[in-house]
Parts: sequence; C-alpha cells; structure tokens
Amino acid sequence: MLYSDPFETLLQLQQMLDSFRSSSWLGTTTSGAGGFPPLNVFSKGDDIVIVAEAPGLKKDELDIQVRGRTIQIAGAKTVAYGDQVSLHRRERTIGRFSRSLTLPVEIDADKIKADYRDGMLAIFLPRAEHDKPRSIKIA
Amino acid sequence: MAGQELEVQQKKEVATQQEKTIPARFYVPPTDIFETGDALKIVMEVPGVAKDAVDVKVENDVLSIEGRIETTNYNGLEPLYTEYPIGHFARSFTLPWQVDRQNITAHLEDGVLTLTLNKRSESKPRRIAIH
Repeated sequence: MLYSDPFETLLQLQQMLDSFRSSSWLGTTTSGAGGFPPLNVFSKGDDIVIVAEAPGLKKDELDIQVRGRTIQIAGAKTVAYGDQVSLHRRERTIGRFSRSLTLPVEIDADKIKADYRDGMLAIFLPRAEHDKPRSIKIA
Repeated sequence: MAGQELEVQQKKEVATQQEKTIPARFYVPPTDIFETGDALKIVMEVPGVAKDAVDVKVENDVLSIEGRIETTNYNGLEPLYTEYPIGHFARSFTLPWQVDRQNITAHLEDGVLTLTLNKRSESKPRRIAIH
C-alpha cells in the first residue's frame, strides 16, 4: 500500500505501547515510576530490553549497576548555556537522577550490554539460561 | 540546581493548525531559547532522532523543525511495561526580523538539536565611539 509504510508501523507501535501503559508486569518493583529517565521495557524472545529517553547525557555520567535482578540507572543531566546569554525560554530540565527496577526474571549479569546513541539508552539483559522456559516433552 | 531530583516531563502531543498527513503521532520537544551577542540559539531535545532524519525549514518567517525516529529499532520487540509514548518530533517558531534567514546552522548530538540563528549584521550590538 502506498501510504501505509513505513509510517503505519509507527502508528501500530504507538497503539501497542498505549495498550501497555497500565501494565502490571513490574508490579511495584520499580522505584519512582515517573522518575527520570522514563523507561520502556520490552521482551525480545527470551531476553529483556530496557529503552530510556535520556537526551544530552555524557556516557561517563551514566552509571548502570546490576545486582541480582535489580538494575540501577543513575547520573546527572546538565545544560550549559554559556556566559552572557539572555534566556528567552527554558523547558529542558536538569538535575540528578537515580532509579532502579527489579525484573521478575533471572538475568545473566555477565552478558548485559548497554548502548547510548542519539540520546537513547538501551540496556540488553539476556535471560539466564537456567531461568528460560523449557518445553517438556511427553514421553 | 544540579542537586535537585530530576522529574520526567510528560510528552505533549503536537496540536498545530497544520495537520500531518502521516498516520502517526508527533510530540513537542522540550526547548530552550537563548540569545547571545550575535545569535539566537534554539536547543531542543529529540531523543532517538539521527542526523539524517532532521528537517529544518524556513518558510514565510516560520522556522519548522521535524525530527523522525527510527522505528525499525523496535522490530521484534514486544512491550512489557511502558512509561512514555514514542513518536516523531515537530515544532515551529515564528522568526523575528533580526534573524538572518540565510545564516542558520544546525548541530545534533546525543539527541540534542542546537540551531544557531545568526542575527543580521544591523541587529548585532555595536559599540558607539564617542568623539
């Protein structure tokens, strides 16, 4: 279809995300929902992917720690205007942040990867091998 | 100021007079505008937008900026839990006469788009010598 692609896929994605806004998947295990950075959590096969919008950070200002099933993301967001400027409009926020979330699945801490590009933070959390669902064959 | 706890700004959907023809939602990027001696700077947060997906246009004294996110990154992902909506970004500003339309530059880094709108030479501050 001429007008449907690739924009159609975005609308579908938006609608899919909307329907998960009241998800109880993490239950009460995330600290400070509504804290910065906002997180979206996805599954990719057996693995978990956390995506956060965090524009304007420096990689070395980001501190990601994992302990057991808990991931902590901390850092500070700053904005530099330079000297001798007059500010007309100020909407970007600054400050420190720290939030953690506990996943309902076991993850393999050694294989976690994080990527920061274009202001988006993505954390790839492979599910621990022993925690993956196994299908039971009927003998 | 940097000591304060950072809160999330709810994303605002674009509500302009001009309708989009694309069937997807656009959001308004949080923007700072400040003025230096020789330029007006517009700094906006457009996380997820790559360099080649930004359009900056000047038409009839209106500067419009559109940044599109890459949706193919989400292929194969199933949402489990969400806190923010995703979508393209769009915003436009009416330019004051002091801005030189031919001399606007843009720079994108880590999801932060900086537009430098240089002032016309006659509107730059000048020191008047007293004889």
